Amino acid sequence: MVTISDPALSAIWLTLRLATVTTLLLFIIGTPIAWWLARTRSWLKAPVGALVALPLVLPPTVIGFYLLVAMGPQGPIGQFTQALGLGVLPFTFWGLVVGSVLYSMPFVVQPLQNAFDAIGERPLEVAATLRAGPWDTFFTVVLPLARPGLITAGILGFAHTVGEFGVVLMIGGNIPGKTRVVSVQIYDHVEALEYAQAHWLAAGMLVFSFVVLLLLYVFNPNGRRK
Amino acid sequence: MHQRKFIFSLLIFFTGLASADEVQVAVAANFAAPMQVIAAAFEQDTGHKAQLAFGSSGKFYAQIKNGAPFQVLLSADDKIPTQLEREGLAVPGTHFTYAIGQLALWSAQKNVVDGKGEILQAGHFTHLAIANPKLAPYGAAAIEVLKNLGLLSALQTKFVQGENIAQTHQFIASGNAELGFVALSQVMKDGKLRGGSAWVVPGNLHAPIRQDAVILTSGKGNPAAAALMNFLKSAKAKGIIRAYGYDF
Repeated sequence: MVTISDPALSAIWLTLRLATVTTLLLFIIGTPIAWWLARTRSWLKAPVGALVALPLVLPPTVIGFYLLVAMGPQGPIGQFTQALGLGVLPFTFWGLVVGSVLYSMPFVVQPLQNAFDAIGERPLEVAATLRAGPWDTFFTVVLPLARPGLITAGILGFAHTVGEFGVVLMIGGNIPGKTRVVSVQIYDHVEALEYAQAHWLAAGMLVFSFVVLLLLYVFNPNGRRK
Repeated sequence: MHQRKFIFSLLIFFTGLASADEVQVAVAANFAAPMQVIAAAFEQDTGHKAQLAFGSSGKFYAQIKNGAPFQVLLSADDKIPTQLEREGLAVPGTHFTYAIGQLALWSAQKNVVDGKGEILQAGHFTHLAIANPKLAPYGAAAIEVLKNLGLLSALQTKFVQGENIAQTHQFIASGNAELGFVALSQVMKDGKLRGGSAWVVPGNLHAPIRQDAVILTSGKGNPAAAALMNFLKSAKAKGIIRAYGYDF
């Protein structure tokens, strides 16, 4: 564990925790969505696909604003969480998780969907003739074949959450150790003209982002297009 | 003849009216509401136009130091204008106090904040919103008040920080923070509280929030900048400023 006394370390630790939790949740929520999007012939495919992709084009201020209102005590999500006895989500770690899951959703769903698409019908039919059930097929055939997509989705989901700023600024409340992530901490330093501290964290982010993308390209050199 | 008229209109279109100058004004977030009213009156009376940008004073200071094209700064304190003057980024001798700010403890709900601020002692709330004290003078004043009441360490864990006083107000207005410290001007209009409940923090609990205006170096020689400074001192502007709960 990291001591809370060091603001930079506590911000880094918080950011990593947020990104890890968000990525895990995105795999749990995003995999079925991506699978459905890849397989369905329903007319709902286009609207759902567009919904998932929305955070790619919406400014974070829009997402942050709606989340702040919706998760607040008068909002629908806020009413729901209060009814569950959880209180309201803004200014909490779990509030940031909700925001990050929405905001990073396309970065996980789209690579997964592409990977599932690329598998095609054939392996599924073969599995079916070998009497594999749908769950069995999914875990022993689909997921191994979609491995590059899984890696890409995981790396992008994690990295995009680490790089999140606007949504966190709007629903976070800048609480040390709870909602003050690295990007907000950097903003704080820059605004207060503490350029030396800002440089350390900013350079760290730069190196981190480069390494992450490098890993992505090393693992997945040609995007495995078909 | 027609052609000449056409070219003339084109010229006006691209250059704007020759007589009306424009001034870029950085306005401390607490002064946003009165300044919009003042800017409209200013435009009507002088023909000059004031382009307003709102934010925390500390943020504007950092931006001006890095070459932001503002010509006038309406700060939420007197330190930043003095500092800018010392650093050669403001025109010497132009700064003056346009308003003295009032801090208020405010809740969007009725009957939450009592007239004496005793709710702070009781502490029956989850979140107390303040503006980032590093950037916003109203945030620094709030910290000072809590220190003087001996409540800082008890309430520190309940802080949620807005990047400036406008975001702080928004945290409270949306109900996400039950209460918080805002500028009285944000919750007052025409001398009355606009809603919710508030405690106007007595001035002896913090150093006076002297809000100074200054012409920045890039505004030197701009007639609109000088006119705006004069307008802020006029009885008309002062009437508007007072209606939002400021002193002089």
